[in-house]
Amino acid sequence: MFRNRDVLSILDFTKSELERIFRVAARMERVRRSRMLEGRILATAFFEPSTRTRLSFEAAMLRLGGSVIGFSESEGTSIAKGENLADTVRMLDAYADVIVIRHKLEGAAKLAAEVAEAPVINGGDGTRHHPTQAMVDLYTVWKEFGRISGLNFVLTGDLRYGRAVASFIYGLSLFRPRKVFLVSHPLLRPRKELEEYLKSSGVDFEILESLNGILQEADVLYVTRIQKERFPDPAEYEKVKGTYRIDLKTLENAKRGMIIMHPLPRVDEISLEVDKHEAARYFQQAANGIPVRMALLYLLLGGGSR
Amino acid sequence: MKEQDTLIVRRIRNGTVIDHIPGGLALNVLRILGITGKEGYTVALLMNVKSRKIGRKDIVKIENRELDPRELDIIALIAPDATVNTIRDYAVVKKTKVKLPQTIREIVRCTNPNCVTNKAGEPVKPTFRVKSSEPLLLVCEYCGTFVTREDVISQYTESAAKR
Repeated sequence: MFRNRDVLSILDFTKSELERIFRVAARMERVRRSRMLEGRILATAFFEPSTRTRLSFEAAMLRLGGSVIGFSESEGTSIAKGENLADTVRMLDAYADVIVIRHKLEGAAKLAAEVAEAPVINGGDGTRHHPTQAMVDLYTVWKEFGRISGLNFVLTGDLRYGRAVASFIYGLSLFRPRKVFLVSHPLLRPRKELEEYLKSSGVDFEILESLNGILQEADVLYVTRIQKERFPDPAEYEKVKGTYRIDLKTLENAKRGMIIMHPLPRVDEISLEVDKHEAARYFQQAANGIPVRMALLYLLLGGGSR
Repeated sequence: MKEQDTLIVRRIRNGTVIDHIPGGLALNVLRILGITGKEGYTVALLMNVKSRKIGRKDIVKIENRELDPRELDIIALIAPDATVNTIRDYAVVKKTKVKLPQTIREIVRCTNPNCVTNKAGEPVKPTFRVKSSEPLLLVCEYCGTFVTREDVISQYTESAAKR
């Protein structure tokens, strides 16, 4: 059911398929070196910069005994000479067994999947989809609580342009969370499409502008970075940034056992003093990127069997 | 066609009659068909005629012009209940009720400038899933953007203006 599948959106997967990935990922946590994907090649086509996604895919493939080729910026490649995306993907398809792509255009991964025979994994396109980040995030919750259903989630920061958080919200919808609180400045509210989707899928959610009073109910606080360029007025940005910043004071009334997640990179939306707080899980979350991506690559490439 | 209408516009010999267009949208239907008036066709418009089915409707008659299936699909984007009558020698030889297909390809552009379908030079055609026909809601298969009837109409208004 996984072999040679494209991974374009978290919604391409069912709850039970995701749980299968989590179980395999839990086993992969112990694997430091193996030959499970020996002789297989992963191509990383990163038309946009990435640190965690690209490096964790590469590390995952190497831990499974496979090899990695690819590029991490378009400069110096044939794209800079004007080659189109489809032709670049055709070339990679001939060189590799699986392709991870990140591109600024939305739908680029779908186009790549149409062109390539090999499975294509969306490493983030535009502002909507980042399915493997969502898998990592969901796995982090699953590992922590043993379940995702029935928990209260508070998501804050940029809920409009952040693809990681959008994918996470879509992913949550597959698990029947108790309630999802979407907390942001009005300019950074989730898109109409996402809101409609939540309504139609019966998720209990609430759109709020302030974190006041809701952390007492939260099991998971998911924070994202607010980007300056989203605000026409820099003064407005400074104001908004302060409003949604998480520090030790914000956490005083938080529910016991609540965890704080962040897809990273973090700038200053979570103050550094929180890093040592017992609720902080964002570095663990980033580390989970390896076993989850190992599990995914292993399942897509049919395990060790050829 | 009811008697009161025939009093306003005479019957056509050959061509097309598009009936049951929602009241006030006849001009948009002409635009979407690329008919600006400069092509020389004799065109009659009836707007806001009383209709038992849809309250107020518009009717368009185009002399010496028949519509192909692709054009029928386009009309459904604006006028989901329209009927298209093909007239030959004063007689209705074909009566088609326009039907919105489940998938719309090429006819509509994605409104998201960052969508891969708007990138020149890629082998990709804008494709939409029809999420709802009334009110019209199309979902881009590539980026998930919602496209409404107003978006479709404005695309055809712009392209008509450029001609």
